[in-house]
Amino acid sequence: MVRDDYEVVIGLEVHCELSTKTKIFCSCSTEFGGEPNTHCCPICMAMPGTLPVLNEKVVEYAVKAGLATNCSIEKNSKNDRKNYFYPDSPKAYQISQFDKPLCYDGYVTIQTDEGEKQIRIERIHIEEDAGKLNHDEYGRGTFVDLNRAGVPLIEVVSKPDMRSSAEVEAYMRKLKSIFEYIEISDCKMEQGSLRADVNVSVRKKGAKEFGTRTEMKNMNSFRNIVRAIDYEAERQIEELEKGNKILQESLRWDEISGRTFSMRDKEDAQDYRYFPEPDLVAIKLSDEYIENIRKSLPELPESRKKRYIEDYELTEKAANFVVASKYYSNLFEEATKICNNPKTVGNMIMSDIARILNEREEEPDALKFTGKELGELVSLIDKGTISSAIAKKVLEELFNEVKMPSKIIEEKGWVQISDESAIKEVVMKILENNQQSVADYKAGKDKALGFLVGQAMKETKGKANPQLLNKLFLEELKK
Amino acid sequence: MAISREEIIHIAKLADLNLSETEIEKYTKDMQEILEFANTINNVNTEGMNETIAANEKSNVLRKDEVVDFGNRDILLQNAPSQDEGMFRIPKVIN
Repeated sequence: MVRDDYEVVIGLEVHCELSTKTKIFCSCSTEFGGEPNTHCCPICMAMPGTLPVLNEKVVEYAVKAGLATNCSIEKNSKNDRKNYFYPDSPKAYQISQFDKPLCYDGYVTIQTDEGEKQIRIERIHIEEDAGKLNHDEYGRGTFVDLNRAGVPLIEVVSKPDMRSSAEVEAYMRKLKSIFEYIEISDCKMEQGSLRADVNVSVRKKGAKEFGTRTEMKNMNSFRNIVRAIDYEAERQIEELEKGNKILQESLRWDEISGRTFSMRDKEDAQDYRYFPEPDLVAIKLSDEYIENIRKSLPELPESRKKRYIEDYELTEKAANFVVASKYYSNLFEEATKICNNPKTVGNMIMSDIARILNEREEEPDALKFTGKELGELVSLIDKGTISSAIAKKVLEELFNEVKMPSKIIEEKGWVQISDESAIKEVVMKILENNQQSVADYKAGKDKALGFLVGQAMKETKGKANPQLLNKLFLEELKK
Repeated sequence: MAISREEIIHIAKLADLNLSETEIEKYTKDMQEILEFANTINNVNTEGMNETIAANEKSNVLRKDEVVDFGNRDILLQNAPSQDEGMFRIPKVIN
């Protein structure tokens, strides 16, 4: 934890790969993986004489992202050229946006321990991703794969509004959740489709000026982002306490040692000489275009949360939990439609499903079963076909193989026996075979009933409806 | 508007160019002339005119999001000085 007399200030540049079918400036596939350089053409390989043509979906998706994060949309936008030499960028420049980003001045709301907080978004712009450099371990050189070069990205630049690693995680999760809801990205962090450059500085509490910041690039897991920020804040405070200055520099986070290292990049190299991209024309957006996109947006988490609390009487905690992921939220809605029991569905998602995912170290997007299965499962509990203990076992099964719960309990023989005549048969048999217990009960030993019920449960392998069993024993014993 | 020797050295560095002493001198002078020529445009009266955001008047030249597989990696790699396993092979890049 950071010392009480200091404050950490964090701003994020989040890069998100858009889930368009094709690249931003050519018709090559954006599919992840694939043999090296097979999703390439002369345009994304920067062959002389080729020209880029902007993908219309990239503009649409970026505007969607802007509208879903309360941004204003730039109606007179354009692309700019950002110049730098690095072998993952075949053109020796990246087509990005400089002074006319598609979206600007937005915000998202996060939950913190002190309640809701708004994190302001400075801008969202479109740009192209770079290729991948494979470093050969035998020292034979570096191998360049340009499949990813030209995959469309949006970069979401926040204001330095975050004050702890927990707020950063909440902000990142919020962006991820929104982009999943509006279906502009698969947001798979492990594949690098969502990653962040993290800017960290510290200052004495109450100070007006920001401290000097350091930047950690391309962070792609929540855990590492949190660890890196906590480490870096501590390091900066220690330096300052020793009377040293913080250098403005790029750092590399090493997750094995849990430390940051200076990348010693040349300070003067950060001169990208942006200028308007001469190979592309302006992007002009009409009010009508923007309004049509606004209308096409699905219901967003804030509104869903409100509805879940008002219409379905979920607790605020449960509602927050369910809407945090599109996958939970859709599961919840679909299941509730089927079983009409939002409370149980919400609780099952929040406790059992989240627990199993956690044990499997998976995120909600890994869920294979749908609301159809979950809805039936809850209905089966409500109808008394299975107990909630059995329901948990069914849920575990659903993670292994997607089948209708009714089918699972039938195959596993987990159906609760609620047929009165069948249970009566068992009761009669147990009474017949345990004359002594019957006599004990009649002599006033109430415990004997428990023994008899236990024997009947054993006989039915735990499937007898316990209420019914009790009732029938009592009836018979009173005779 | 005068350009300094230091600026030429800086620009050359950004462009990854090694300039000799004579080249630095020559380019400082040449660049000065280019800038003076380009400065003409700064003297045009633009009052009351709309802001231009691109080099030509056109806007929204866009493509449908439909995959076209180029489908010939060999051609794309054929002029590479060195290649291996379907990739360009370049001198080792230190990250």
